[in-house]
Amino acid sequence: MTKVPDSEQRVKFYQTGTFTVGNRLLDEAQRTVQASVERANSLDSGHRACQGCGEALGARYVVDAALRAADDQLIAANATGCLEVFTTPYPESAWRLPWIHSLFGNAPAVGAGIAAALRARGREDVRVIAQGGDGGTTDIGMGCLSGVFERNDDVLYVCYNNQAYMNTGVQRSSQTPPAARTATTTVAGSEPGNELNSGKSVPLIAMAHGIPYVATASVNDLHDLEYKVVKAMGFRGARYLEVFVPCPLGWGSRPADTIKVARLATQCGMFPLIEAEYGELTAVTRIRDRRPVEEYLKLQRRFAHVFAPENAHQLEALREIAERNIRRFNLLPNEEAAP
Amino acid sequence: MLQQIEGSAAVAQAVATCRPEVIAAYPITPQTHIVEGLGDMVKRGLVGNCQFLNVESEFGAMSVCIGSSATGARTYTATSSQGMLFMMEAVYNASGMGLPIVMTVGNRAIGPPINIWNDWSDSMAARDAAWIQLFVEDNQQAADVHVQAFRLAEAASLPVMVCMDGFILTHAYTRVDVPEQAQVDSFLPVFEPRQLLDPAAPITMGAMVGPEAFAEVRFLAHYKQLEALDLIPRHAAEFEAIFDRDSGGLLKSFDAEDKDTVVVSMGSVIGTLKSVLTDMRQDGSSIGLLSIRSYRPFPKQQLSDALANARRVIVFEKCLAVGMGGILAADVRMALANLSIPIYSVIGGLGGRPITQDNLRRMLDKGVQDQLEEPHFHDLNVEVVHRELERLRDIQRPGSSAESILRDIAGADAAARGSR
Ligand SMILES: Cc1ncc(C[n+]2csc(CCOP(=O)(O)OP(=O)(O)O)c2C)c(N)n1
Ligand code: SF4
Ligand SMILES: [Mg+2]
Repeated sequence: MTKVPDSEQRVKFYQTGTFTVGNRLLDEAQRTVQASVERANSLDSGHRACQGCGEALGARYVVDAALRAADDQLIAANATGCLEVFTTPYPESAWRLPWIHSLFGNAPAVGAGIAAALRARGREDVRVIAQGGDGGTTDIGMGCLSGVFERNDDVLYVCYNNQAYMNTGVQRSSQTPPAARTATTTVAGSEPGNELNSGKSVPLIAMAHGIPYVATASVNDLHDLEYKVVKAMGFRGARYLEVFVPCPLGWGSRPADTIKVARLATQCGMFPLIEAEYGELTAVTRIRDRRPVEEYLKLQRRFAHVFAPENAHQLEALREIAERNIRRFNLLPNEEAAP
Repeated sequence: MLQQIEGSAAVAQAVATCRPEVIAAYPITPQTHIVEGLGDMVKRGLVGNCQFLNVESEFGAMSVCIGSSATGARTYTATSSQGMLFMMEAVYNASGMGLPIVMTVGNRAIGPPINIWNDWSDSMAARDAAWIQLFVEDNQQAADVHVQAFRLAEAASLPVMVCMDGFILTHAYTRVDVPEQAQVDSFLPVFEPRQLLDPAAPITMGAMVGPEAFAEVRFLAHYKQLEALDLIPRHAAEFEAIFDRDSGGLLKSFDAEDKDTVVVSMGSVIGTLKSVLTDMRQDGSSIGLLSIRSYRPFPKQQLSDALANARRVIVFEKCLAVGMGGILAADVRMALANLSIPIYSVIGGLGGRPITQDNLRRMLDKGVQDQLEEPHFHDLNVEVVHRELERLRDIQRPGSSAESILRDIAGADAAARGSR
């Protein structure tokens, strides 16, 4: 947690094995929204997400934190996808805030429209969040998203990245990692799974727009996730938050391992946690206890084939991705980073 | 105020008097002048606190409109042609959610071959999108009907397209009595949304609906449009009382009663047809004209009442259902199913092909003698078509018909020039 300089950090979060943030060790002011009995529970229980769904967990934390930051004056736009489907099977709704689902690829623009209406009506005290899965955000919604970014519309956009089109049955998206198995990148042929050297980083693309705030977060560190949501809400203009949300169904991981898988993704360098303001990188979360990429991959059946001897080059490619992330964002603690 | 003004500018001014709160638009010919005009007025602070968003696509434009309308802002956009297709998913979404957005369609052909000129292919592509579609005959109506469109959209909680012929109307300078602010204010009440995204009373919009309720939802969409059949004439009458002008309404008869032949059409060609029919009547023909002003909802009953005594109907339209024939003609036939009279389908003016009084007269002279084939393609260059069909038959890889025909016409023209 390097966003608090070491000298100022009052509590060191060492909890053997888990690194779970010990909420009760913190100052009242620093405690999580979820720890408060006054939390909004904006995404209520009874929804139909799978057991261990990272997206459901991430969304609840994000929206509750945003609600608190906005003094409950918040409207949400949602893209089509698992989050939309499992929360709003007619006539039920799990949402306890004003919420609109329009289409798969237009949530950023719908958010911009809400923000424009609020501005026209002099209700800028009401804040806007737009959210979707990685497909809705980084593929089909990319045009609208870039529009919101470059116009600097007053919208916090949250992408729940589970690295595939889960709602339609686990097809490849631009966020699917190389070699990963999906329903459209099957384990077949000489290059089983997803193409190597494919995909893109939308946080970096967001940074290239120079928007006020960009961050990545993960459901393994919910305190950090809330912190980033609250920080994002402190800015006006376009903000982008990408949350790493394991999907047990799509990844072939145990529902009970969602947090562990998410933690390993950051610990091995596959999912860097960063913050940027106005296009400049401002903080990274250093890896405290680096783990080998294999440990992360082994918990997920979508990567099972990369351990076959004939696919050793795929495993190597994945290791290289982690290495590159570590170098690019300087993810190791200083002493380890030195050659 | 009476002005000699471009159609697009008249529409922009009329929309501005409706006090829109959010406008999102993406440029496409021939819609551009309308949104340029509005953008300029917003920037000068002449449209209150209106927000004008320069979006990245038509899909973005309609999506912004969806968000803003759902948040209670009076919302406007405009498009044409390819833009309509690009936003189509959101077009259906806006009506499905019952959002009272008003959109001008500067009617233009759809390519390929890419063509910027007028026909109705774009709004016809959205015919079944559950939007109300109003057609205007001239720029006075274009200005007036926009004012009525906001009233109607908000009263019915349905989005409304105002369809005006691209270039022929959007770019034409004519005399228009642009609606005055005070009059508009007395006609158009403040927008009271039926559903609203509001933290004070949270609702969920756009939930999933399965087979158990979908049919009912669709039926209600239909039912709401039929209700608009009552609203539209009522609003037109109220409008006339305030503005002293006949604009809008479901349909308009120009001497159609008790005529043997009635021509049915929409949009700007009504003006041309009026002159032709005046001549024909002077020459002894019993022929009248009926303009459809509300295409969706379609005034079936009113049409069948108006044409009860007709002996034949000629439907003239600037669109084509490929593989079938006339689109408007099919609607008219359905409305007149109880009359056993011939109904001719004439398709013309595609991609901006000039519709002149002369060529209309030639077609109608045949029509009144029951000599039109079904469907009749107005002013079609049959020789060019035959030559292209021959090429398609004889040449191994003939290439694109669009380009072959252009070459053919250029060649034929050159030959004609040579022989002169
Ligand atoms: C225009 C359009 N294309 C395709 C779909 C089908 N579709 C619905 S949800 C979805 C996948 C969603 O994937 P993602 O955005 O990653 O969200 P997830 O379900 O993984 O959370 C797809 C492909 C659609 N609804 N609309
Ligand atoms: S498929 Fe994945 S993302 Fe969708 S509800 Fe299940 S666990 Fe969550
Ligand atoms: Mg996904």
